[in-house]
Amino acid sequence: MLAFIVRRLWQTVLVLFGVSIIVFSLIHITPGDAVDVMFAGENVSAEQREVYRQQLGLDQPLVQQYFSYMFGVVQGDLGTSVRRGTSVSGIIASTVPATVELTLAALIVAIVIAIPVAVVSALRQGSVWDRGGSVLALFGISMPSFWLGIMLILIFSVGLQWFPASGRLAAGSGMTQITGFVVVDAVLQGNWAAARSGLLHIALPAITLGTAITATLSRVLRSGLLEVKGQDYVDALRARGLRFATVLRHMLRNALPATIIVMGVRIGSLLGGAIVVEVVFGWPGLGRLVVDAIQNRDFPLVQGAVLVLAFLFVLVNLVTDIVQAWLDPRIKLTGGGSR
Amino acid sequence: MTGIEKLYRFFGSSMFTMVALAVLILFVVVGVFAPWIAPSDPNAQDLAGRLQPPLSEGHLLGTDSLGRDVLSRLIYGSRISLIVGFSAVLLSAVIGVIVGLVSGYVGGWVDSLLMRIVDAWLAFPFLLLAIAIVAVLGRGLDNIVIALVITGWVLYARLVRGETLSLREREFVLSARGLGANPVAIMTKHILPNCLAPIMVVATLEVGVVIVTEASLSFLGLGASASEPSWGGMLADGRAYLTRAWWLATLPGLAIFVIVLAVNVLGDALRDALDPRHEKVRTENVPA
Repeated sequence: MLAFIVRRLWQTVLVLFGVSIIVFSLIHITPGDAVDVMFAGENVSAEQREVYRQQLGLDQPLVQQYFSYMFGVVQGDLGTSVRRGTSVSGIIASTVPATVELTLAALIVAIVIAIPVAVVSALRQGSVWDRGGSVLALFGISMPSFWLGIMLILIFSVGLQWFPASGRLAAGSGMTQITGFVVVDAVLQGNWAAARSGLLHIALPAITLGTAITATLSRVLRSGLLEVKGQDYVDALRARGLRFATVLRHMLRNALPATIIVMGVRIGSLLGGAIVVEVVFGWPGLGRLVVDAIQNRDFPLVQGAVLVLAFLFVLVNLVTDIVQAWLDPRIKLTGGGSR
Repeated sequence: MTGIEKLYRFFGSSMFTMVALAVLILFVVVGVFAPWIAPSDPNAQDLAGRLQPPLSEGHLLGTDSLGRDVLSRLIYGSRISLIVGFSAVLLSAVIGVIVGLVSGYVGGWVDSLLMRIVDAWLAFPFLLLAIAIVAVLGRGLDNIVIALVITGWVLYARLVRGETLSLREREFVLSARGLGANPVAIMTKHILPNCLAPIMVVATLEVGVVIVTEASLSFLGLGASASEPSWGGMLADGRAYLTRAWWLATLPGLAIFVIVLAVNVLGDALRDALDPRHEKVRTENVPA
């Protein structure tokens, strides 16, 4: 197990190195001078532009630029935002909890819906329920998340007025930040009104982000369950007259490894999907930060945010592979996860 | 047996799939013949007739905030989705297939290097990479296609490499090599034809992914252009009028949903028809 983790960590280091090169290159594939592009059509003097060029290190040789950028990155210094004048890492740190909170909430939505759907579909294979589940999954995968989000806003915020359409928390809830997760902080402080407001705010974004992954998860878990359903040990458990819940628990445990691989991959795609969902719901996370930074042509901030998102993505993949190897010992012997 | 009957059998005698195919063909026809089909100029403004609801006189699907005909804009908008969808998928497939063939066939350090590059690529949520690329390249149809190709080729590279690795040890390849055929001929004449089926399945499903990604970019204000109607852009504009004009955000999204649904149904049917080992393809597809 340890050898596997070490090998996987080494791979991760290589991947992060590649990621850093791609992110670093972004500013250099700009057609024309990066500073001129950033301040196109703005009243910024030539001297001022020169200062920015020096600040961004654009006047140095390329290789040196890369190493000084990476030297900063390793120390947690991602440069300075050209629009806000504050440190990029500080800005990013203030938005990460919102994105993580949204992603976790979407995952919970997916698990809560997908498990019962998968169990019913697998146990009643070919039934109306099963076919209904397939059609719904297909719909879930095909639905663009920004459209789903807007439709939910239209129905539940504009029409029924059950949920707020944007933001994380109603104004004036009197909260101090502890973990950065609104709902957790509110509960820790016993502020029930704020907790309720936080839950109401996160409901629609979480459902929107969770829909596509719910569809994938329920399908994968269904085929996993179908595979174990016909196996001898299941018949044996049944024959011993064990309760249905017990048999199901054994089946779920064996159907889980394949499901977790797909889940890991999908958590990664959740981070990408979060960009759009955050914009739709005005959710103050990392995704919306990227889009804002792009609209303001704040390249250092774009670079930093992209790097952090990619880093989170790689981290999730790493954890998935290790969990998967832990659940399924065969992988350690054959080596290299799903790669 | 007529052509349609053959097609019906090919797709496992599924009416659902035939409907999906018909929907896709309909979209293509509408896109190609947009100037003849659209009831009016998609950019003609009529400020007196702003925000007319669907079924109003002269505007079957209503008008937007500048009084432009929504149906005409939807019809013209299909062009961008289709052009981007098909060209980005085709180009990424070509690049990915070449990389995959070389990587799998040549092997050794070339394979290791190419696969490490692929790994680094897969370390990005692809939407994020596409956004970042369009952000630095600037808006425009060509830049969107470039961004989608840069993000899309890895999928095919991985798939084709995997297929090539197993095909290159097969007798027909070994005998071709023994007879002294040159490597390029072996790759293109012997290996490539044998991995076309999974490539086609993935490419079909990718058309849907690419269309949604293009719409997402337009929605985020990184679309082709502000003047040309695109579904994502229409949706973004419509957001500002949710309380007054529900149809502005609803209809373009519905169009995207229907076309992507059709593509996905078709992709699944293709997989069932062409590739009996589809579980394998699916796991190889997953960027873990």
